[in-house]
Amino acid sequence: MLFTLRTTRAPASDLSYLLAKRPERVQSFALAFGQAVVFYPEVSDEACTAALVLDVDPVALVRKKGEARSLAQYVNDRPYAASSFLSVAIAQVFGSALQGRCRDRPELPDEALPLRAHLAVVACGGGSALLSRLFEPLGYAITAEPHPLDARHPEWGPGRYFSVTLEATKRVSELLSHLYVLIPVLDDEKHYWVGDDEVDKLVRHGGEWLPDHPERELITQRYLKHQKSLTREALGRLTAKETPDDPDEVEVAQGREEKTLERPLRLDDERRAAVVAALKAAGARRVLDLGCGEGKLLRALLEDRSFDKVVGVDVSHRALEVAADRLHLERLSPRQRERIGLLHGSLTYRDARLAGYDAAALVEVIEHLDPSRVPALERVVFEFARPPTVVLTTPNAEFNATFADLPAGRFRHKDHRFEWTRAEFEAWAAGVAARFGYAVSFAPVGAAHAVLGPPTQMAVFSRVDAEVAA
Amino acid sequence: MKLAIPDLSLVVLIGPSGAGKSTFARRHFRPTEVISSDTCRGMVSDDENDLDVSEEAFSLVRFIAGQRLGLGKLTVIDATSVDQASRAPLVALARQFHCLPVAIVLNLPAKVCQARNRERADRQFGAHVVRSQRLRVKQSLRGLQREGFRHVYVLDSEEAVDAAVVERQPLWNNRRHDHGPFDVIGDVHGCFDELAGLLALLGYAIECDEGDTEPAYRVTHPEGRRVVFLGDLVDRGPKIVDTLRLAMDMVASGVALCVPGNHETKLLKKLRGKDVKVNHGLAETLSQLEAAGEGFARRAATFIDGLVSHYVFDDGKLVTAHAGLKESMQGRGSGGVREFALYGETTGETDSYGLPVRFNWAAEYRGRATVVYGHTPVPEPEWLNNTICVDTGCVYGGSLTALRYPERATVSFAALREYCAPVRPLAAARPERSAQHASDDVLDMADVAGKRVLHTRLMKTLTVRAENAAAALEAMSRFAVAPQWLIYLPPTMSPSETSAVAGMLEHPNEAFEYFAREGVARVVCEEKHMGSRAVVIVCRSAEAAARRFGVTTGEAGLCYTRTGRRFFDDGALEAALLERVRTAMDTAGLWEELATDWVCLDCELMPWSAKAQELIRQQYAAVGSASRAALGESVAVLETALAAGREVGELLERFRTRAALADRYVESYQRYCWAVNGIDDYRLAPFHVMATEGAVHVDQDHLWHLGTIARLCEAGEGELLFATAHRVIELGDEASRAEGVAWWEALTAGGGEGMVVKPIDFVAKGKKGLVQPALKSRGREYLRIIYGAEYTLPGNLERLRERAVAGKRALALREFALGVEGLERFVAREPLRRVHECVFGVLALESEAIDPRL
Repeated sequence: MLFTLRTTRAPASDLSYLLAKRPERVQSFALAFGQAVVFYPEVSDEACTAALVLDVDPVALVRKKGEARSLAQYVNDRPYAASSFLSVAIAQVFGSALQGRCRDRPELPDEALPLRAHLAVVACGGGSALLSRLFEPLGYAITAEPHPLDARHPEWGPGRYFSVTLEATKRVSELLSHLYVLIPVLDDEKHYWVGDDEVDKLVRHGGEWLPDHPERELITQRYLKHQKSLTREALGRLTAKETPDDPDEVEVAQGREEKTLERPLRLDDERRAAVVAALKAAGARRVLDLGCGEGKLLRALLEDRSFDKVVGVDVSHRALEVAADRLHLERLSPRQRERIGLLHGSLTYRDARLAGYDAAALVEVIEHLDPSRVPALERVVFEFARPPTVVLTTPNAEFNATFADLPAGRFRHKDHRFEWTRAEFEAWAAGVAARFGYAVSFAPVGAAHAVLGPPTQMAVFSRVDAEVAA
Repeated sequence: MKLAIPDLSLVVLIGPSGAGKSTFARRHFRPTEVISSDTCRGMVSDDENDLDVSEEAFSLVRFIAGQRLGLGKLTVIDATSVDQASRAPLVALARQFHCLPVAIVLNLPAKVCQARNRERADRQFGAHVVRSQRLRVKQSLRGLQREGFRHVYVLDSEEAVDAAVVERQPLWNNRRHDHGPFDVIGDVHGCFDELAGLLALLGYAIECDEGDTEPAYRVTHPEGRRVVFLGDLVDRGPKIVDTLRLAMDMVASGVALCVPGNHETKLLKKLRGKDVKVNHGLAETLSQLEAAGEGFARRAATFIDGLVSHYVFDDGKLVTAHAGLKESMQGRGSGGVREFALYGETTGETDSYGLPVRFNWAAEYRGRATVVYGHTPVPEPEWLNNTICVDTGCVYGGSLTALRYPERATVSFAALREYCAPVRPLAAARPERSAQHASDDVLDMADVAGKRVLHTRLMKTLTVRAENAAAALEAMSRFAVAPQWLIYLPPTMSPSETSAVAGMLEHPNEAFEYFAREGVARVVCEEKHMGSRAVVIVCRSAEAAARRFGVTTGEAGLCYTRTGRRFFDDGALEAALLERVRTAMDTAGLWEELATDWVCLDCELMPWSAKAQELIRQQYAAVGSASRAALGESVAVLETALAAGREVGELLERFRTRAALADRYVESYQRYCWAVNGIDDYRLAPFHVMATEGAVHVDQDHLWHLGTIARLCEAGEGELLFATAHRVIELGDEASRAEGVAWWEALTAGGGEGMVVKPIDFVAKGKKGLVQPALKSRGREYLRIIYGAEYTLPGNLERLRERAVAGKRALALREFALGVEGLERFVAREPLRRVHECVFGVLALESEAIDPRL
């Protein structure tokens, strides 16, 4: 990690007063994560450059706790890319400059100087466009030199690393506070736990300029590691006015893609309502939510007294933990608690626990299964669990053409293994119904396109009970 | 008096307080076999005499008894049990667990009881209590048999009690000590000629002594084999008397055993004068018996009466019963067991022919014992979950079939003609898929979830923790290929211990040392390829795949990763790879040589970048790009500073070194990356021929594996298949070891990954049991990819040396044992769930938290 700061205001060596570091010396500072060294490669009346070199200890970085890690936690760009490490180093090594104080020349900090800051290297997933969006509104001329991911493999595409030069006439404290806040924002990572005191730091270092920055929301979000409650608090304090409460909780990254595509339709809600209505219409009282995920449908079902027992099943243990949390299982009254159950299970394994329910819902689940595993799901649900009613929804692939952001042939979600057209879905459902002794009807969900049909398609299967031969 | 008690029974002691039940129990039974109601009173209330806790105490008595009976343990209930109401739940419990209830009544005079009670400080209740209890005992005596007690022993005096001797008797069905070999023969139904033909086919010699009154048969087998008849010898067929005579003579001479069929039971009822509906089949028997004379019918009745519902043979590994038997009933005795053994289970429905719809208990069967049964005619005998029905409908013009045990092969003799038209036509020819494959289409959660204890050939017991199984469930359900294909997952591999050589983290010395310490004399060193582990299954044709793996997709093989995911997203590419291997197998003549039409190969597939592209881009290349740029610029700034007279010489040196290491890091990973545009850009290096039809090749040493693979590679078209370079090292020979080290140095000097050191035998046992199947010694440059560009810097390496390989090694052994076990089970054609539990276990173990750099 390298940060240099250069000025050409005569006498340029005044920079050393501002930074409170003597120009002829090489000074080392021990930090928690390594060493910071400050020196001046260039000192004259015409130009003066200060350099901060950060020598992060890569081995110590990961030798803290005994928990399981992935390889990426051992070999990564942290020792090299400008990150919150650099912000901490700036605050510790150039603390007084950052605060706009100078003991020997108290007038200097208030003076705007022609400054050039250089960072090698900055990780910026958003590309150079994001750099411009962040720094240009603050009055910087910006030069970003991209570094190829691998010179020998241009087919791997560009990397996310840039050497960045910023030029502007600014107070040193101003420039340092911009960097202090925006380096971790570009990097979109923090090497330490982000808690309430991060809001204080943000307000302290960004209070002057952040409220007027057009990207203040993005900056605040990223600075606070996307923690919505902290972000709301910080934005509230920065802009000193209320931001509307977002009723939706943080969605796991996995679901973001599909949600973003479908959001304008509020399809999620419509789908849930349609499923609940179908279950009620079937007179179901004991209901399985197969592939319940984080429990949105479960919550809707619990709120409806016509369901006596609601059991969510998911293959992801993590999702079930989130569901338990969202449904506040720990705090429910014993009577309510009895109405709800969560089971860790898979739809490709026969499961005796799934027998004896009035209905099963499979909402946006089947498309997450490899086509070769679908026959197993059919038998698990329709032959072994065999509830009188099965409500199943899945995307209508035809409708994808209306999503401007979705390239043709791609699925709505990375984990979708297939998406069916209406004809495909109906053929599959009719086959299942015939094989397992069910009748099936279909219903559209969501605002339908005249030609392409609805965004979601739903099938309601009703068991046709075989007569016991006399 | 001798009290004969079946081995597995529920013994209920009956007698008033003070009758000496506890003393009796102590004298004749083990303390753990006796459940005393007083003890249970004490357990739930701290007071053995508290009559207010009877309900709780007896519910505990019944709970303990239920657990014991479930495990097949004789159990004695020490309570007064003087009322029918208190005995009824015990009789029900015995029925539930299919064991025999036995009553032992201590019917002593009231005086004796009272005298004994007086001696005890805690039994100071009035004389009327004992009097009343004694009265109720007396009233009970006559009804005990009717209540369901199979044996009732009444001891009327102190002398009788003292003289009593308990004799435990094995159940009649218990022939665990009898190991065969057997030929288990299905329903004969009077097809005497076919029976004689089959016996001859099986190698039995049949002599017939015509005798004065009736003929007598003498049947022998040169190898001492014996026959087990599965019942239904009678009815429907042409020569019922001859059949019965032959079977009875064989049983009498000990060359055969016989279990009863439902037809024998019905015949016996008729012979005993009971009112049974005589249908055509039975009428046939009756008329033939009549012709044979009164004496024969009596003999037949005695024979049938003496038949035992089922047999358990060979340490519990083989069970024979006419209609089969589920696990919870095997080796037990009750009316329920007998009913099941004779008739099987029905669903309560009847089919369009008016016959009861049978519940297919075999589809649910999970037992350890092989169950051989008849009763339901099938077109061909077929294994399903370790059970087999050998009634091939001889009397209906099918054939008479025997299962040879322990060979598990069937031998059939075709019916000479149809003697009887079946009510329900026999199922047509063999269906396209085997019953086992059809049954295996859906696996059961209960076979994988929760904590599991597995038994494997290489490691006796092996535990998979519930949380690991939970992790595997998600991986298996969301990402793995269909379980039909997933017969093997390779084990993880430990590195050698951290090297003693300065500047090195790993070195072959430690691997050699490990194996030498374990008593391994020769090892093979194989070049380690840096790609992705791949399991390749290739069948000779799509038909072979359907036949052997039960897949219905038309695929003829596949290639998957070490976590069971399909290797290629591009089906055409996978097909091309499989076709190359298939053709190479053809050309090398390996299909014939290995007598197989499928093969499972353990391989490394290159380039690394083919599978790990995203990882390389996002992690390795990113680190390379960031480090080179940042360190490069730092060096430049430091050089300027040095030129300007700043004292940064030392720092500059350090950054120059770091920059150089960053370059080497990039070179290290680049070596394993190249663009792939088609199958010819891939390299497949198989190193184990894991399994082929009928064989898991873990009994072959690694030179056989490498040699066979070399031939495969030679025969392969293009560059795709390539053989793995290797050296054999004698660990006792210093020069040989040095040669191994030199080879490793040569391999790694050029940046190669290094080598894998394996005992020459695929499975090696050392002083402490199973030896690591392989250890890796990775090269110094390669390890930069794993430990970071700068790991070799003096300050870093010292800290990295503290690494513990024990956890990784324990895991490697368990995964190895499971991997081999899964294949052994597959090759033995065990049900898929038995294979799957091993594969699932490997995946579960992989979720253990282990340093990923090892």
